[in-house]
Order: sequence, then structure tokens, then C-alpha cells
Amino acid sequence: MSEDHSHSHPHADPAGPDEPAMLTDYQLMEGAVRELLVEKGILTHAAIREAVEAMDARTPAQGARVVARAWVDPAYKARLLENGTAACEELGISMGPTHLVVVENTPEVHNVIVCTLCSCYPRMLLGLPPDWYKSKPYRSRVVREPRAVLHEFGTEIADNVTVRVHDSTADMRYLVLPRRPAGTDVLDEAALAALITRDSLIGVALPRTP
Amino acid sequence: MIAWQHRDTADMRGYHDIGGLAGGAVERGEHDYALWEKRVDALLVLLSEAGLVRVDELRRGIETLGADAYDKLSYYERWISAITRVLIEKGVIGIDELGRNMETLKARWNDPATGEAKP
Repeated sequence: MSEDHSHSHPHADPAGPDEPAMLTDYQLMEGAVRELLVEKGILTHAAIREAVEAMDARTPAQGARVVARAWVDPAYKARLLENGTAACEELGISMGPTHLVVVENTPEVHNVIVCTLCSCYPRMLLGLPPDWYKSKPYRSRVVREPRAVLHEFGTEIADNVTVRVHDSTADMRYLVLPRRPAGTDVLDEAALAALITRDSLIGVALPRTP
Repeated sequence: MIAWQHRDTADMRGYHDIGGLAGGAVERGEHDYALWEKRVDALLVLLSEAGLVRVDELRRGIETLGADAYDKLSYYERWISAITRVLIEKGVIGIDELGRNMETLKARWNDPATGEAKP
């Protein structure tokens, strides 16, 4: 039996995203599998709830914090590019079972990340991926016509800049290190982090300018 | 370049293996994940830590759903289908008890008297 009594009755509180009027077969499957695993002592409701909460707590702010540190601390940036996993751990962010490779944007190279086969994403740094990252058009096209895809995001990369697309795997995730915008010399680390969007860490956009 | 051009014949690819193929515009819409979707994600994280459903097993499950189901199912529908299949294959759960539990949950959901105790 579910421990979760936090939601109101569906008839009292009509369908929100978590409160569909009818459960689909797959929602039933999730509930049934979850309850069987708990009944068998393999998982606990508390552990499942904690895992959901831990994932909810992961947001692009973590990725932004890593990049802002790299922008203000050249030694940290060098370590981040050398070993992304270890550099994130310095800031208390675990990559879990995955390895992180950070790819740096320069005046010559603009980087973009994708997972053509599935949906691998630096979720420990950015949270769960947006729907479009997992969509067929993005996965299929960005490796072949990245400039056209970036154009759809409103991002134009000059012809003399190489666009490099990195295809993630289950074990190896990429994060883009965007270029620090001009005119930000006076900003502190927190103000810099506020310029760093999720999409700029995927590489489909550039950071905000102050 | 040569490699993917060579592989570009559709019959040599799995249906999930779409890198480099043509496609429509990227639809930028996003949805907030529903609780049941987050729970599917959590199940995989915990089952993976427990060594019961590893990520490569999840991938195999998804990549053998069949092209039709792969296209029709939503992201976490694919995941729960694959997770469930691996758990059944390994004998962690039985298909009969799964079916019974799904029926019980459905009945509980539809019954106003017990609607509070929904999944």
C-alpha cells in the first residue's frame, strides 16, 4: 500500500499533472512494480521518495556554479577540463556512476552535446533533460546539421568557428563550458552563475549578457 | 564522415540509432515531469544501485520494444516497460502477480471510497 497520502482525492482536486482522471496502463505498471518491489523488501517507499527528491534537487544551477567557478579561477578551470568528475566533486557534486568530460568553447570552437542513441545527459549537474533533448529531430539532426539546429534555437555561430558535436554515452557525459561574456569583469561568482543557462551548458545557446 | 554515410542504409540501423538521419524541426516544448515519471526514474536509479537492472539492461529493453512501440510510447513509458521486462526475466517479480497488482490498483483508483490510497 502506498505511503503517499500527500495528494488530495482526485474528485476533490481535479487532474493536475500528477492527478490524471484515469491511470494509463504504464502508470498502473509503475505503481504495481513499485508496490511489488516494496512488498518483497527490495526497495522501500522512503528510498523511492528520497530518490525522487534528490533528482528534483538537481537543477542547472549546479552546472552554472561549476562554470562560474571555472570563469573566476583559472586553476579550477584547468582541473575541470582535465577531469570533470573530480572537479565537480571538489564542489560537492557527485557524478554518480558516470564520468564527466567538460568541453570548452573558444573563439575557434563551439561545442554542442547530444545523445543520438537515447538520452544520456549530465543529469547530476543539470537535472532531468528537457523533452527536446530526447526528441528524434534533435538526436538525428544535430550531428549532421548542427548550425541549422542551433539556428532553430536562435543561436548563430560564425562560419569561421568550428561547431563540434559530442555524442554522450551511458558512462560518459559531456558539459559545455561556455565563453565568459564580455563586460563581466566586475561581476562576482554568483552574478556570473546567473548568466549561465541550461541551454548554454548544452551548447544550443550562449550565456546571457549582463 | 565516411562511417555514417556508409551506415546510412536504414536496414543496418536499430530503430533507436538515428544520429545523422533527416528529421523535422526540433519542437522546443517542455513538460514538467509527473510524479509517476519521476518514480520510474527513481526505480531505475535504485534498481541499478542494487545491481538488479543495470543501465545497459534498460537500454536493451528499450531497444527491443519494437519500432512501433518505441515510436508510440512516451519516454518513461518505454522505461517502465523495459524495467518491468528485465525484472520479470530475472524472476524478481512474476508476471501473474504484476497483472493482479495492476488490476488491484486500477480498482482502487476507480473506487471513490478508496481513492485516497491511490498509487
